[in-house]
Amino acid sequence: MRIGANLLIGGTLFAVVVIAGVLAPWLAHTDPVMDANLMNAEEPPGGAFWFGTDAQGRDIYSRVLYGARISLTVGIVSQLINTVIGVCLGLSAGYWGGWWDDFVSGLTNLVLAIPSLIFALALMAILTPGLTSLLIALGLTNWSFTCRLARASALSLKSQGYVQAAKVLGYGDVRIMVTQLLPNMLGPIIVIGTLGMGGAVLAEAALSFLGLGIRPPFPSWGSMLSDARDQITTAPWISIFPGLAIFITVLGLNLLGDGLRDILDPQGRAGKA
Amino acid sequence: MSAEPLLQVDDLRIDLALGDERFAAVQDVSLSIGRGETFGLVGESGCGKSITALALIGLLRPPLRLAGGTVRLDGREIQSLRPAEMRRLRGKRISMIFQEPMTALNPVSPVGRQIAEMFVLHEGATWQEAERRAVEALASVRVAAPERRAKDYPHQLSGGMRQRVMIAIALACSPDLLLADEPTTALDVTVQAEILDLVRDLCAAKGTAVLMISHDLGLIANACRRVGVMYAGRIVETRAAEEVFRAPSHPYTSGLVASLPLLGARARQGRRRLKEIAGVVPSVAGFPHGCRFHPRCGRASDLCREDDPAPTPLPGDGLVRCHHHG
Amino acid sequence: MAEPAPETILKVEDLAVYFPVGGYFRGRRSLPAVDGVDLELKKGECLGVVGESGCGKSTLALSILGLQAPTRGRILLDGHEVGAGMDRMARARIAQLVFQDPYSSLNPRQTVRATLATPLRLHGMTDDGEIDARIAAMLAQVGLRPEHAARYPHEFSGGQRQRIGIARALILRPKVVLLDEPVSALDVSIRAQIINLLLELKDAFGLSYIMISHDLGVVEHMSDRVAVMYLGRVVETGRWETIFTRPRHPYTRALIAAIPDPFGGTRGVKVTGEVPNPLDPPTGCSFHPRCPEARAICREPPVPRLEALGQDHLVRCRRAAELAA
Repeated sequence: MRIGANLLIGGTLFAVVVIAGVLAPWLAHTDPVMDANLMNAEEPPGGAFWFGTDAQGRDIYSRVLYGARISLTVGIVSQLINTVIGVCLGLSAGYWGGWWDDFVSGLTNLVLAIPSLIFALALMAILTPGLTSLLIALGLTNWSFTCRLARASALSLKSQGYVQAAKVLGYGDVRIMVTQLLPNMLGPIIVIGTLGMGGAVLAEAALSFLGLGIRPPFPSWGSMLSDARDQITTAPWISIFPGLAIFITVLGLNLLGDGLRDILDPQGRAGKA
Repeated sequence: MSAEPLLQVDDLRIDLALGDERFAAVQDVSLSIGRGETFGLVGESGCGKSITALALIGLLRPPLRLAGGTVRLDGREIQSLRPAEMRRLRGKRISMIFQEPMTALNPVSPVGRQIAEMFVLHEGATWQEAERRAVEALASVRVAAPERRAKDYPHQLSGGMRQRVMIAIALACSPDLLLADEPTTALDVTVQAEILDLVRDLCAAKGTAVLMISHDLGLIANACRRVGVMYAGRIVETRAAEEVFRAPSHPYTSGLVASLPLLGARARQGRRRLKEIAGVVPSVAGFPHGCRFHPRCGRASDLCREDDPAPTPLPGDGLVRCHHHG
Repeated sequence: MAEPAPETILKVEDLAVYFPVGGYFRGRRSLPAVDGVDLELKKGECLGVVGESGCGKSTLALSILGLQAPTRGRILLDGHEVGAGMDRMARARIAQLVFQDPYSSLNPRQTVRATLATPLRLHGMTDDGEIDARIAAMLAQVGLRPEHAARYPHEFSGGQRQRIGIARALILRPKVVLLDEPVSALDVSIRAQIINLLLELKDAFGLSYIMISHDLGVVEHMSDRVAVMYLGRVVETGRWETIFTRPRHPYTRALIAAIPDPFGGTRGVKVTGEVPNPLDPPTGCSFHPRCPEARAICREPPVPRLEALGQDHLVRCRRAAELAA
């Protein structure tokens, strides 16, 4: 199994972010919310404050680390919800066909027609802002891609001999979908999932920036960017570091997704020597 | 005194690049086809018969590469012609038909037009003239209502009809040599018979020689005058068609003949256990050392494991590559 | 000493399968893939079903296995009716299937052991020791070794994969096995291995086979009885010797004539033309447009019936008796 550059770089970046988030309590210098000393407001990077301080005098370095927790949680959990919904709907639609397929396809088209961010925005406006609401909103609005993919895979796989063999051997429909179809379509779904995580991180940043995601004073990279709007020319470091964190995370996830695709794709081929 | 053969192939070698390595997929292949003769090349998947034909007509693409040998058409060497010159030969002197007509025909062009293209390209005819001759060509391949069929698109025709169209295109300019790569494998049995008869009749009428490729030994023995049996990239036996079944010389050929359930055999001799050939067909990356058939051969000796046999001539313009032939 | 007549293990009665085809201007029509087929398979026998594309042999196979709901007719497997009554587990224990393409008939993500063990577990076998023993015995029976169980399909050759497919079909000890072109996708030099294996297994396990094939040589070699299908109907059926040495239906004769004789001879009159569109079949006998023996009577409706022309020989042709003389 050749590990390509994409996988290596992407994996490393992603691992760095994960470690930062997990070990935040030990790596951070201050409490990200409470340790606000107006005497230290808008200090440039250096000395005790590696990334400088923001308008409230909070250590940006610590806030970025804790922000990783939020971004990763949102990215991973919401994408997990997306994948589960998408796979359940798409796999069953492709396999059973008929009216269920018509219904799911119609639903997918409907959801696809609404830009997911706007959709999430609308949902957030209804629900009270916060992490759980964010997870629900992002989780419920971005499953169409996965659904399409799962459906197409199910359609092409269900005519394979081993699926028919399973039917003849007495396997029930659900067992066939889970044991015969699902393992053979995981590759592209994992790739889409990984890429989707990057999208979720960006969406969280956007929503928090607009004030509809994580509300201050909790350190979300998006809300940090929002807070720093007024100081962009006077204290640019307040925006740069959270922005860089978002960039590295999404880049890492994208490269990871590409790298996974390189490994998982060729393995699916089972042809004559 | 035999006339100069139309096609003379000597020591053809085709390499396959897999990763960083290069394997000889076809090696030391020599054959000759006389004017108007039908020659059959028979073998299993991976033996190299199809890529040999592609090499003759200059259609090899990477990772395959012509790595040695000469191909002479009417005395003139063609294996290293420039692409532009090879293009002039294709359709006019050498033509090819393939197994799956649906992929060989242009799906967005009416079939009449595809045939007409041949006349325009190679014989400088006007489109009007060419379309008229295309309808004649369709009639010659026994398509009913040819004027109407000429306007159809490939997907509107049945498999057998599409194959006829492909034959019409290939034979439009009366080439000297037709390469037919498994032309009937994808067709129904009754249609197969018709298509083979058609190819035979048309080529006989035009004096076109045919190199027919198939995995079906019975088909080849029936349709061709001489047969070349390929195994693992080599021609292991060349015989007159009637000798191949009656008195095969190479253990692979005789093994094949003994293992095939021939129609009529059970009625004559009762059901006998078919004689199996042990082992599996080797892949390009794993051709055995020495004689390539030795792992599966009942007559294999130490000599066979070491030494790749050179061709031995057989009476009646045949040859065999075996240390223990006959 | 008279042996008891072998019992009938599979009976197909007036089976018809019509597929709805939509049309823009013609409205919904029915495509008769199988149009009134009667068949009988006796225990221990191999019935060869031959025919070209569009004859309905694949649809017939799917119906027997319960994968395709019939529009009309009954299928009785070992006395039980397939369809509404029989549940899929019971049917799975009676009838199984060997596929044509060894490359797509095995789950690439399952080891051989998983492929063979899961059906056993599904049907109630719980003891791991018993499962392993059954798998080992089955592998040996199809000519594979015990260590093969831990490998994945892509590690095997085409012939070996077909052996695994056969093992899977037999692991539940069915009574009827449907063989769908079992050797067509295999290299010519290994077909004999699989043909011999299938015949040995039939005798060893007392199986009954329905073999669908377009390769008449294989059908002649393996079958005890043969049914010839054309455009959704059986046009001739009888013992293998009758069908191959004394065929009476012109289509059967045409099929045999179409097989190239390697010794250069001819086997009879070949036919021209193609299989007609099943949505628009010819009137009367559906073969008459291509039949070298067709007369005016052949065009007249209704469709000719299958009639006995001798012991265990049925032919669907109005002129059969005339032509036999």
